[in-house]
Amino acid sequence: MDGLIHQIVSGIASGGIYASVALALVMIYQATHHVNFAQGEMAMFSTYIALTLIQAGVPYWVAFIIVVPVSFLMGAVIQRVLMEPLAKAPVLASVGVFIGLLLVFNSIAGWIFTYTTKPFPTPFGEGKPLLNGFVSRHELGSTMITLVVLLSIWAFFRFTKLGLAMRAAAFNPVSSRLVGVPVDKMLALGWGLAAAIGAIAGMMVAPVVFLDPNMMAGVLLYAFAGALLGGITNPLGAVIGGFAVGIVENILGAYVVGTELKLSVALFIIVVVLVLKPAGLFGKTVVSRV
Amino acid sequence: MPTLLEVKALHGAYGESKVLHGLDFIVEEGGVTTLLGANGAGKTTTLRAISGMIKVSGEIIFAGERIDGLATEAVAKRGIAHVPDGRGTFMELTVEENLRLGSFLRNDKAGVASDMERVFDLFPKLKERLFQQAGTLSGGEQQMLAIGRALLLRPKLLLLDEPSFGLAPLIVRGIFETMGRIVRETKVSILVVEQNASLALAIADRAYLLETGRIVMSGAADDIRKDETLRRSYLGY
Repeated sequence: MDGLIHQIVSGIASGGIYASVALALVMIYQATHHVNFAQGEMAMFSTYIALTLIQAGVPYWVAFIIVVPVSFLMGAVIQRVLMEPLAKAPVLASVGVFIGLLLVFNSIAGWIFTYTTKPFPTPFGEGKPLLNGFVSRHELGSTMITLVVLLSIWAFFRFTKLGLAMRAAAFNPVSSRLVGVPVDKMLALGWGLAAAIGAIAGMMVAPVVFLDPNMMAGVLLYAFAGALLGGITNPLGAVIGGFAVGIVENILGAYVVGTELKLSVALFIIVVVLVLKPAGLFGKTVVSRV
Repeated sequence: MPTLLEVKALHGAYGESKVLHGLDFIVEEGGVTTLLGANGAGKTTTLRAISGMIKVSGEIIFAGERIDGLATEAVAKRGIAHVPDGRGTFMELTVEENLRLGSFLRNDKAGVASDMERVFDLFPKLKERLFQQAGTLSGGEQQMLAIGRALLLRPKLLLLDEPSFGLAPLIVRGIFETMGRIVRETKVSILVVEQNASLALAIADRAYLLETGRIVMSGAADDIRKDETLRRSYLGY
Protein backbone atom coordinates (compact mmCIF):
# COMPACT_ATOMS: atom_id res chain seq x y z
CA MET A 1 0.00 0.00 0.00
CA ASP A 2 2.80 2.42 0.93
CA GLY A 3 4.45 1.56 -2.35
CA LEU A 4 1.32 2.40 -4.27
CA ILE A 5 0.93 5.75 -2.50
CA HIS A 6 4.55 6.49 -3.26
CA GLN A 7 3.99 5.68 -6.94
CA ILE A 8 0.95 7.93 -7.07
CA VAL A 9 2.84 10.81 -5.44
CA SER A 10 5.72 10.44 -7.91
CA GLY A 11 3.15 10.21 -10.65
CA ILE A 12 1.68 13.53 -9.61
CA ALA A 13 5.14 15.08 -9.63
CA SER A 14 6.00 13.90 -13.13
CA GLY A 15 2.38 14.46 -14.20
CA GLY A 16 2.80 18.13 -13.31
CA ILE A 17 5.70 18.36 -15.74
CA TYR A 18 3.66 16.64 -18.46
CA ALA A 19 0.71 18.91 -17.68
CA SER A 20 2.89 22.02 -18.10
CA VAL A 21 4.28 20.88 -21.43
CA ALA A 22 0.80 19.72 -22.51
CA LEU A 23 -0.51 23.21 -21.73
CA ALA A 24 2.28 24.76 -23.81
CA LEU A 25 1.35 22.42 -26.69
CA VAL A 26 -2.34 23.34 -26.42
CA MET A 27 -1.58 27.06 -26.42
CA ILE A 28 0.32 26.82 -29.69
CA TYR A 29 -2.20 24.35 -31.09
CA GLN A 30 -5.10 26.73 -30.51
CA ALA A 31 -3.35 29.50 -32.41
CA THR A 32 -1.79 27.51 -35.25
CA HIS A 33 -3.79 24.23 -35.29
CA HIS A 34 -0.52 22.34 -35.24
CA VAL A 35 1.38 20.59 -32.51
CA ASN A 36 4.73 22.25 -31.91
CA PHE A 37 7.02 19.21 -31.87
CA ALA A 38 9.92 21.52 -31.00
CA GLN A 39 8.33 22.57 -27.67
CA GLY A 40 10.38 19.99 -25.75
CA GLU A 41 13.66 20.86 -27.43
CA MET A 42 13.10 24.55 -26.74
CA ALA A 43 12.62 23.67 -23.06
CA MET A 44 15.76 21.52 -23.10
CA PHE A 45 17.75 24.41 -24.57
CA SER A 46 16.45 26.77 -21.87
CA THR A 47 17.52 24.24 -19.23
CA TYR A 48 21.04 24.23 -20.66
CA ILE A 49 21.12 28.02 -20.42
CA ALA A 50 20.13 27.67 -16.76
CA LEU A 51 22.87 25.08 -16.15
CA THR A 52 25.46 27.31 -17.82
CA LEU A 53 24.48 30.21 -15.58
CA ILE A 54 24.52 28.04 -12.45
CA GLN A 55 27.95 26.62 -13.33
CA ALA A 56 29.17 30.19 -13.82
CA GLY A 57 28.31 30.81 -10.18
CA VAL A 58 24.87 32.40 -10.51
CA PRO A 59 22.58 31.31 -7.64
CA TYR A 60 19.84 28.85 -8.67
CA TRP A 61 16.86 31.14 -8.25
CA VAL A 62 18.59 34.04 -9.98
CA ALA A 63 19.33 31.75 -12.93
CA PHE A 64 15.69 30.63 -12.84
CA ILE A 65 14.48 34.23 -12.94
CA ILE A 66 16.83 35.01 -15.85
CA VAL A 67 15.98 31.92 -17.89
CA VAL A 68 12.20 32.36 -17.82
CA PRO A 69 12.11 35.75 -19.61
CA VAL A 70 14.96 34.71 -21.93
CA SER A 71 12.91 31.67 -22.98
CA PHE A 72 9.86 33.89 -23.36
CA LEU A 73 11.84 36.08 -25.73
CA MET A 74 13.12 33.05 -27.64
CA GLY A 75 9.55 31.82 -28.19
CA ALA A 76 8.29 35.23 -29.25
CA VAL A 77 11.18 35.72 -31.68
CA ILE A 78 10.57 32.28 -33.22
CA GLN A 79 6.95 33.26 -33.82
CA ARG A 80 7.82 36.62 -35.37
CA VAL A 81 10.70 35.38 -37.54
CA LEU A 82 9.61 31.88 -38.52
CA MET A 83 5.88 31.42 -37.98
CA GLU A 84 4.57 34.85 -38.95
CA PRO A 85 5.67 34.62 -42.61
CA LEU A 86 4.06 31.17 -42.74
CA ALA A 87 0.68 32.33 -41.41
CA LYS A 88 -0.99 31.75 -44.76
CA ALA A 89 1.25 28.91 -45.93
CA PRO A 90 -0.03 25.34 -46.29
CA VAL A 91 -0.15 23.04 -43.27
CA LEU A 92 2.99 21.13 -44.17
CA ALA A 93 5.09 24.29 -44.14
CA SER A 94 4.40 24.82 -40.42
CA VAL A 95 4.94 21.16 -39.63
CA GLY A 96 8.20 21.37 -41.53
CA VAL A 97 9.29 24.34 -39.42
CA PHE A 98 8.39 22.53 -36.19
CA ILE A 99 10.40 19.45 -37.15
CA GLY A 100 13.21 21.68 -38.40
CA LEU A 101 13.27 23.56 -35.09
CA LEU A 102 13.34 20.27 -33.19
CA LEU A 103 16.43 19.11 -35.09
CA VAL A 104 18.12 22.51 -34.99
CA PHE A 105 17.73 22.93 -31.23
CA ASN A 106 18.80 19.35 -30.63
CA SER A 107 21.92 19.65 -32.78
CA ILE A 108 22.91 23.08 -31.51
CA ALA A 109 22.54 21.87 -27.93
CA GLY A 110 24.67 18.83 -28.73
CA TRP A 111 27.26 20.99 -30.44
CA ILE A 112 27.54 23.61 -27.71
CA PHE A 113 26.95 21.50 -24.60
CA THR A 114 27.96 18.02 -25.90
CA TYR A 115 25.75 14.94 -25.74
CA THR A 116 27.16 13.86 -22.36
CA THR A 117 24.43 13.45 -19.75
CA LYS A 118 24.87 16.02 -16.99
CA PRO A 119 23.37 16.29 -13.51
CA PHE A 120 21.18 19.31 -12.87
CA PRO A 121 20.82 20.78 -9.39
CA THR A 122 17.56 20.88 -7.47
CA PRO A 123 16.83 24.00 -5.47
CA PHE A 124 14.78 22.06 -2.92
CA GLY A 125 17.68 20.22 -1.22
CA GLU A 126 18.73 16.60 -1.25
CA GLY A 127 17.67 15.78 2.30
CA LYS A 128 15.50 12.95 3.54
CA PRO A 129 12.11 12.34 1.93
CA LEU A 130 9.19 14.14 3.56
CA LEU A 131 5.70 13.13 4.72
CA ASN A 132 6.57 9.65 6.04
CA GLY A 133 9.01 9.15 3.20
CA PHE A 134 6.36 9.28 0.53
CA VAL A 135 7.69 12.27 -1.32
CA SER A 136 11.17 13.54 -2.04
CA ARG A 137 11.95 17.19 -1.45
CA HIS A 138 12.35 17.76 -5.16
CA GLU A 139 9.05 16.06 -6.01
CA LEU A 140 7.21 18.21 -3.51
CA GLY A 141 8.98 21.43 -4.54
CA SER A 142 8.60 20.89 -8.27
CA THR A 143 4.93 19.97 -7.87
CA MET A 144 4.37 23.21 -5.97
CA ILE A 145 6.15 25.27 -8.63
CA THR A 146 4.17 23.51 -11.37
CA LEU A 147 0.88 24.17 -9.62
CA VAL A 148 1.76 27.84 -9.15
CA VAL A 149 2.63 28.12 -12.85
CA LEU A 150 -0.56 26.37 -13.99
CA LEU A 151 -2.77 28.45 -11.68
CA SER A 152 -1.15 31.71 -12.74
CA ILE A 153 -1.60 30.88 -16.41
CA TRP A 154 -5.22 29.93 -15.80
CA ALA A 155 -5.88 33.17 -13.89
CA PHE A 156 -4.10 35.18 -16.58
CA PHE A 157 -6.26 33.78 -19.38
CA ARG A 158 -9.43 33.82 -17.33
CA PHE A 159 -9.29 37.19 -15.63
CA THR A 160 -7.12 39.61 -17.60
CA LYS A 161 -8.00 41.65 -20.65
CA LEU A 162 -4.74 40.61 -22.30
CA GLY A 163 -5.48 36.94 -21.67
CA LEU A 164 -8.92 37.31 -23.20
CA ALA A 165 -7.44 39.10 -26.22
CA MET A 166 -4.90 36.29 -26.65
CA ARG A 167 -7.64 33.66 -26.63
CA ALA A 168 -9.68 35.72 -29.09
CA ALA A 169 -6.70 36.16 -31.40
CA ALA A 170 -6.16 32.40 -31.45
CA PHE A 171 -9.82 31.55 -32.09
CA ASN A 172 -10.80 34.25 -34.56
CA PRO A 173 -8.02 36.50 -35.85
CA VAL A 174 -10.26 38.37 -38.32
CA SER A 175 -12.83 39.47 -35.73
CA SER A 176 -10.05 40.20 -33.24
CA ARG A 177 -8.44 42.72 -35.59
CA LEU A 178 -11.84 44.35 -36.13
CA VAL A 179 -12.16 45.09 -32.41
CA GLY A 180 -8.61 46.42 -32.38
CA VAL A 181 -6.62 43.45 -31.03
CA PRO A 182 -3.10 43.38 -32.51
CA VAL A 183 -3.26 39.71 -33.45
CA ASP A 184 0.39 39.26 -34.45
CA LYS A 185 1.58 40.56 -31.10
CA MET A 186 -0.86 38.26 -29.28
CA LEU A 187 0.44 35.21 -31.15
CA ALA A 188 4.03 36.18 -30.34
CA LEU A 189 3.03 36.57 -26.67
CA GLY A 190 1.46 33.10 -26.80
CA TRP A 191 4.65 31.57 -28.15
CA GLY A 192 6.64 33.40 -25.51
CA LEU A 193 4.41 32.13 -22.71
CA ALA A 194 4.52 28.57 -24.03
CA ALA A 195 8.32 28.69 -24.21
CA ALA A 196 8.50 30.11 -20.66
CA ILE A 197 6.23 27.36 -19.30
CA GLY A 198 8.34 24.79 -21.14
CA ALA A 199 11.52 26.24 -19.65
CA ILE A 200 10.19 25.89 -16.11
CA ALA A 201 9.10 22.32 -16.86
CA GLY A 202 12.58 21.60 -18.23
CA MET A 203 14.31 22.94 -15.12
CA MET A 204 11.94 20.98 -12.86
CA VAL A 205 12.38 17.66 -14.68
CA ALA A 206 16.13 17.90 -15.31
CA PRO A 207 17.19 16.90 -11.75
CA VAL A 208 15.12 13.71 -12.15
CA VAL A 209 15.93 12.58 -15.70
CA PHE A 210 19.36 14.34 -15.96
CA LEU A 211 20.19 16.83 -18.67
CA ASP A 212 21.16 15.81 -22.19
CA PRO A 213 19.98 17.07 -25.59
CA ASN A 214 17.35 14.31 -25.80
CA MET A 215 16.06 14.90 -22.27
CA MET A 216 12.65 16.18 -23.35
CA ALA A 217 11.88 13.56 -26.03
CA GLY A 218 10.08 11.28 -23.59
CA VAL A 219 8.51 14.16 -21.69
CA LEU A 220 7.11 15.60 -24.92
CA LEU A 221 5.55 12.25 -25.83
CA TYR A 222 3.94 11.89 -22.40
CA ALA A 223 2.75 15.50 -22.58
CA PHE A 224 1.35 14.91 -26.05
CA ALA A 225 -0.43 11.81 -24.78
CA GLY A 226 -1.81 13.87 -21.89
CA ALA A 227 -2.98 16.64 -24.21
CA LEU A 228 -4.73 14.15 -26.48
CA LEU A 229 -6.21 12.28 -23.54
CA GLY A 230 -7.72 15.45 -22.06
CA GLY A 231 -8.51 17.04 -25.39
CA ILE A 232 -6.06 19.19 -27.29
CA THR A 233 -8.68 21.90 -27.74
CA ASN A 234 -9.19 22.24 -23.99
CA PRO A 235 -6.35 23.64 -21.82
CA LEU A 236 -7.85 22.38 -18.56
CA GLY A 237 -8.46 18.97 -20.12
CA ALA A 238 -4.86 18.82 -21.31
CA VAL A 239 -3.60 19.65 -17.80
CA ILE A 240 -5.78 16.94 -16.24
CA GLY A 241 -4.65 14.58 -18.99
CA GLY A 242 -1.01 15.38 -18.21
CA PHE A 243 -1.46 14.53 -14.52
CA ALA A 244 -3.40 11.36 -15.42
CA VAL A 245 -0.66 10.16 -17.76
CA GLY A 246 1.96 10.78 -15.07
CA ILE A 247 0.08 8.71 -12.48
CA VAL A 248 -0.83 5.91 -14.88
CA GLU A 249 2.70 5.77 -16.24
CA ASN A 250 4.16 5.38 -12.74
CA ILE A 251 1.73 2.75 -11.57
CA LEU A 252 1.93 0.68 -14.73
CA GLY A 253 5.70 1.07 -14.77
CA ALA A 254 6.00 -0.17 -11.20
CA TYR A 255 3.44 -2.96 -11.15
CA VAL A 256 2.40 -4.00 -14.63
CA VAL A 257 4.73 -3.50 -17.55
CA GLY A 258 8.01 -2.41 -15.98
CA THR A 259 10.09 0.67 -16.76
CA GLU A 260 11.17 -0.59 -20.18
CA LEU A 261 7.64 -0.41 -21.57
CA LYS A 262 6.55 2.81 -19.84
CA LEU A 263 6.94 4.96 -22.93
CA SER A 264 5.08 2.43 -25.03
CA VAL A 265 2.20 2.84 -22.61
CA ALA A 266 2.09 6.56 -23.45
CA LEU A 267 1.94 5.80 -27.15
CA PHE A 268 -0.69 3.14 -26.50
CA ILE A 269 -2.80 5.75 -24.68
CA ILE A 270 -2.50 8.09 -27.67
CA VAL A 271 -3.70 5.41 -30.07
CA VAL A 272 -6.58 4.22 -27.88
CA VAL A 273 -7.84 7.75 -27.25
CA LEU A 274 -7.65 8.68 -30.91
CA VAL A 275 -9.61 5.59 -31.86
CA LEU A 276 -12.31 5.77 -29.18
CA LYS A 277 -12.70 9.49 -28.63
CA PRO A 278 -10.91 11.55 -31.25
CA ALA A 279 -11.61 14.86 -29.46
CA GLY A 280 -10.18 13.61 -26.15
CA LEU A 281 -11.99 13.11 -22.85
CA PHE A 282 -12.76 16.81 -22.32
CA GLY A 283 -12.30 18.04 -25.88
CA LYS A 284 -15.03 19.70 -27.85
CA THR A 285 -15.85 18.52 -31.31
CA VAL A 286 -16.39 21.89 -32.91
CA VAL A 287 -19.47 21.84 -35.05
CA SER A 288 -19.91 24.78 -37.35
CA ARG A 289 -22.97 25.69 -39.33
CA VAL A 290 -22.38 25.76 -43.07
CA MET B 1 -24.15 67.84 -42.19
CA PRO B 2 -20.35 67.53 -42.10
CA THR B 3 -18.70 64.63 -43.89
CA LEU B 4 -17.37 61.84 -41.66
CA LEU B 5 -16.04 59.46 -44.28
CA GLU B 6 -15.05 60.27 -47.82
CA VAL B 7 -14.03 57.64 -50.35
CA LYS B 8 -12.34 58.79 -53.55
CA ALA B 9 -11.53 56.70 -56.64
CA LEU B 10 -11.40 53.50 -54.59
CA HIS B 11 -10.05 50.46 -56.40
CA GLY B 12 -9.78 47.11 -54.69
CA ALA B 13 -8.99 43.53 -55.63
CA TYR B 14 -8.68 40.02 -54.19
CA GLY B 15 -5.34 38.99 -55.65
CA GLU B 16 -5.74 39.16 -59.41
CA SER B 17 -9.48 39.72 -59.62
CA LYS B 18 -10.49 43.37 -59.41
CA VAL B 19 -13.72 43.97 -57.54
CA LEU B 20 -13.95 47.75 -57.06
CA HIS B 21 -13.49 50.03 -60.06
CA GLY B 22 -13.17 53.55 -58.70
CA LEU B 23 -15.84 54.26 -56.10
CA ASP B 24 -16.65 57.75 -54.85
CA PHE B 25 -19.02 58.24 -51.97
CA ILE B 26 -19.40 60.00 -48.65
CA VAL B 27 -20.92 59.18 -45.27
CA GLU B 28 -22.32 62.14 -43.41
CA GLU B 29 -22.01 62.55 -39.67
CA GLY B 30 -24.93 61.39 -37.59
CA GLY B 31 -26.92 59.61 -40.24
CA VAL B 32 -27.42 56.29 -41.95
CA THR B 33 -25.90 55.76 -45.36
CA THR B 34 -26.64 52.59 -47.27
CA LEU B 35 -24.82 50.82 -50.07
CA LEU B 36 -27.29 48.74 -52.04
CA GLY B 37 -26.58 46.20 -54.70
CA ALA B 38 -26.95 42.60 -55.75
CA ASN B 39 -24.75 39.70 -54.73
CA GLY B 40 -21.22 40.25 -56.04
CA ALA B 41 -21.63 43.99 -56.61
CA GLY B 42 -18.73 44.72 -54.26
CA LYS B 43 -20.59 45.81 -51.13
CA THR B 44 -18.72 43.60 -48.68
CA THR B 45 -15.44 44.39 -50.42
CA THR B 46 -16.08 48.12 -49.96
CA LEU B 47 -16.47 47.67 -46.21
CA ARG B 48 -13.38 45.46 -46.09
CA ALA B 49 -11.46 48.14 -47.97
CA ILE B 50 -12.45 50.77 -45.39
CA SER B 51 -11.32 48.46 -42.56
CA GLY B 52 -7.95 47.80 -44.15
CA MET B 53 -8.67 44.13 -44.74
CA ILE B 54 -7.69 44.21 -48.44
CA LYS B 55 -5.15 46.13 -50.49
CA VAL B 56 -6.64 49.21 -52.15
CA SER B 57 -5.72 52.22 -54.22
CA GLY B 58 -7.51 55.55 -54.03
CA GLU B 59 -8.22 57.61 -50.95
CA ILE B 60 -10.23 56.86 -47.83
CA ILE B 61 -10.53 59.91 -45.60
CA PHE B 62 -12.04 59.48 -42.14
CA ALA B 63 -12.61 62.45 -39.84
CA GLY B 64 -10.23 64.48 -41.97
CA GLU B 65 -7.40 61.96 -42.09
CA ARG B 66 -6.29 59.37 -44.64
CA ILE B 67 -6.87 55.85 -43.34
CA ASP B 68 -6.22 53.81 -46.48
CA GLY B 69 -3.17 51.61 -45.97
CA LEU B 70 -3.67 51.41 -42.19
CA ALA B 71 -3.79 48.00 -40.51
CA THR B 72 -7.25 46.77 -39.51
CA GLU B 73 -6.62 47.23 -35.79
CA ALA B 74 -5.41 50.79 -36.44
CA VAL B 75 -8.63 51.58 -38.34
CA ALA B 76 -10.61 50.28 -35.36
CA LYS B 77 -8.57 52.55 -33.09
CA ARG B 78 -9.63 55.57 -35.17
CA GLY B 79 -13.23 54.79 -34.25
CA ILE B 80 -14.62 52.54 -36.96
CA ALA B 81 -16.42 49.42 -35.75
CA HIS B 82 -17.11 46.78 -38.37
CA VAL B 83 -19.79 44.11 -38.05
CA PRO B 84 -18.52 41.70 -40.70
CA ASP B 85 -20.48 39.39 -42.94
CA GLY B 86 -21.14 36.17 -41.09
CA ARG B 87 -21.23 38.30 -37.89
CA GLY B 88 -17.72 37.42 -36.75
CA THR B 89 -18.84 35.81 -33.49
CA PHE B 90 -16.14 34.43 -31.18
CA MET B 91 -17.94 31.09 -31.04
CA GLU B 92 -15.81 29.50 -28.30
CA LEU B 93 -16.12 32.45 -25.92
CA THR B 94 -19.08 33.50 -23.81
CA VAL B 95 -21.46 36.30 -24.73
CA GLU B 96 -19.95 38.42 -21.97
CA GLU B 97 -16.41 37.82 -23.25
CA ASN B 98 -17.50 38.70 -26.80
CA LEU B 99 -18.84 42.00 -25.53
CA ARG B 100 -15.77 42.69 -23.40
CA LEU B 101 -13.60 42.18 -26.50
CA GLY B 102 -15.57 44.95 -28.15
CA SER B 103 -14.18 47.32 -25.52
CA PHE B 104 -10.60 46.07 -25.94
CA LEU B 105 -9.28 49.47 -27.02
CA ARG B 106 -10.87 51.37 -24.15
CA ASN B 107 -9.55 52.05 -20.68
CA ASP B 108 -12.50 53.97 -19.21
CA LYS B 109 -14.02 51.29 -17.01
CA ALA B 110 -17.05 53.34 -15.99
CA GLY B 111 -17.80 54.25 -19.60
CA VAL B 112 -17.55 50.63 -20.69
CA ALA B 113 -19.87 49.54 -17.88
CA SER B 114 -22.50 52.10 -18.84
CA ASP B 115 -22.20 51.16 -22.54
CA MET B 116 -22.63 47.52 -21.52
CA GLU B 117 -25.89 48.42 -19.77
CA ARG B 118 -26.95 50.32 -22.87
CA VAL B 119 -26.35 47.24 -25.04
CA PHE B 120 -28.48 45.17 -22.64
CA ASP B 121 -31.15 47.81 -22.90
CA LEU B 122 -31.08 47.60 -26.71
CA PHE B 123 -30.83 43.79 -26.76
CA PRO B 124 -32.29 42.30 -23.54
CA LYS B 125 -31.75 38.78 -24.97
CA LEU B 126 -28.01 39.23 -24.61
CA LYS B 127 -28.31 39.82 -20.89
CA GLU B 128 -30.26 36.59 -20.47
CA ARG B 129 -27.56 34.67 -22.30
CA LEU B 130 -24.57 36.50 -20.81
CA PHE B 131 -22.58 33.47 -19.70
CA GLN B 132 -23.62 31.15 -22.49
CA GLN B 133 -21.13 30.10 -25.16
CA ALA B 134 -21.68 32.50 -28.07
CA GLY B 135 -21.61 29.67 -30.62
CA THR B 136 -24.87 28.35 -29.17
CA LEU B 137 -26.80 31.56 -29.94
CA SER B 138 -29.30 31.70 -32.78
CA GLY B 139 -28.47 33.70 -35.90
CA GLY B 140 -30.51 36.68 -34.77
CA GLU B 141 -28.93 36.69 -31.32
CA GLN B 142 -25.49 36.49 -32.89
CA GLN B 143 -26.34 39.52 -35.02
CA MET B 144 -27.40 41.39 -31.88
CA LEU B 145 -24.17 40.31 -30.21
CA ALA B 146 -22.14 41.53 -33.19
CA ILE B 147 -23.83 44.95 -33.11
CA GLY B 148 -23.43 45.13 -29.32
CA ARG B 149 -19.75 44.22 -29.60
CA ALA B 150 -19.27 46.95 -32.19
CA LEU B 151 -21.07 49.56 -30.06
CA LEU B 152 -18.78 48.80 -27.11
CA LEU B 153 -15.92 50.23 -29.13
CA ARG B 154 -17.89 53.48 -28.84
CA PRO B 155 -17.29 54.10 -32.54
CA LYS B 156 -17.82 57.23 -34.59
CA LEU B 157 -18.76 55.07 -37.55
CA LEU B 158 -20.45 51.70 -37.53
CA LEU B 159 -20.05 49.49 -40.60
CA LEU B 160 -22.77 46.86 -40.92
CA ASP B 161 -22.47 44.09 -43.47
CA GLU B 162 -25.89 42.65 -44.40
CA PRO B 163 -27.46 42.59 -40.94
CA SER B 164 -30.51 40.87 -42.42
CA PHE B 165 -28.58 37.95 -43.91
CA GLY B 166 -30.10 34.56 -43.18
CA LEU B 167 -32.58 35.83 -40.58
CA ALA B 168 -36.35 35.49 -40.33
CA PRO B 169 -38.27 38.64 -41.38
CA LEU B 170 -39.58 39.29 -37.88
CA ILE B 171 -36.07 39.18 -36.39
CA VAL B 172 -34.77 41.42 -39.16
CA ARG B 173 -37.46 44.00 -38.47
CA GLY B 174 -36.52 44.04 -34.79
CA ILE B 175 -32.85 44.52 -35.60
CA PHE B 176 -33.55 47.37 -38.02
CA GLU B 177 -35.81 49.05 -35.49
CA THR B 178 -33.03 48.85 -32.94
CA MET B 179 -30.59 50.33 -35.47
CA GLY B 180 -32.97 53.24 -35.91
CA ARG B 181 -32.97 53.69 -32.14
CA ILE B 182 -29.18 53.60 -32.01
CA VAL B 183 -28.91 56.41 -34.56
CA ARG B 184 -31.55 58.53 -32.83
CA GLU B 185 -30.13 58.09 -29.35
CA THR B 186 -26.39 58.17 -29.98
CA LYS B 187 -24.01 60.17 -32.12
CA VAL B 188 -22.82 57.17 -34.10
CA SER B 189 -23.06 57.26 -37.89
CA ILE B 190 -23.88 54.09 -39.78
CA LEU B 191 -22.81 52.74 -43.15
CA VAL B 192 -24.96 49.71 -43.85
CA VAL B 193 -24.63 47.35 -46.76
CA GLU B 194 -27.82 45.53 -47.77
CA GLN B 195 -29.34 43.35 -50.44
CA ASN B 196 -32.75 44.06 -49.02
CA ALA B 197 -33.22 47.55 -50.46
CA SER B 198 -36.64 48.36 -49.03
CA LEU B 199 -35.45 47.61 -45.49
CA ALA B 200 -32.31 49.69 -45.81
CA LEU B 201 -34.03 52.65 -47.52
CA ALA B 202 -36.53 52.81 -44.69
CA ILE B 203 -33.87 53.74 -42.15
CA ALA B 204 -31.28 55.42 -44.40
CA ASP B 205 -30.78 59.09 -45.13
CA ARG B 206 -28.62 58.58 -48.17
CA ALA B 207 -28.22 55.68 -50.56
CA TYR B 208 -25.77 54.50 -53.17
CA LEU B 209 -26.41 51.74 -55.64
CA LEU B 210 -23.48 49.53 -56.52
CA GLU B 211 -23.24 47.45 -59.67
CA THR B 212 -20.16 45.30 -60.42
CA GLY B 213 -17.85 47.54 -58.48
CA ARG B 214 -19.17 50.89 -59.70
CA ILE B 215 -21.65 53.34 -58.22
CA VAL B 216 -24.48 53.70 -60.72
CA MET B 217 -26.86 55.85 -58.72
CA SER B 218 -26.98 57.91 -55.57
CA GLY B 219 -29.31 60.23 -53.76
CA ALA B 220 -31.44 60.91 -50.72
CA ALA B 221 -33.03 57.67 -49.53
CA ASP B 222 -36.49 59.25 -49.51
CA ASP B 223 -36.25 60.32 -53.16
CA ILE B 224 -35.17 56.88 -54.29
CA ARG B 225 -37.94 55.24 -52.32
CA LYS B 226 -40.55 57.52 -53.86
CA ASP B 227 -39.31 57.27 -57.44
CA GLU B 228 -41.10 54.23 -58.75
CA THR B 229 -39.25 53.88 -62.07
CA LEU B 230 -35.90 54.10 -60.34
CA ARG B 231 -36.98 51.56 -57.77
CA ARG B 232 -38.37 49.14 -60.33
CA SER B 233 -35.44 49.31 -62.73
CA TYR B 234 -32.62 49.25 -60.20
CA LEU B 235 -33.90 47.76 -57.00
CA GLY B 236 -36.52 45.36 -58.31
CA TYR B 237 -39.32 45.98 -55.83
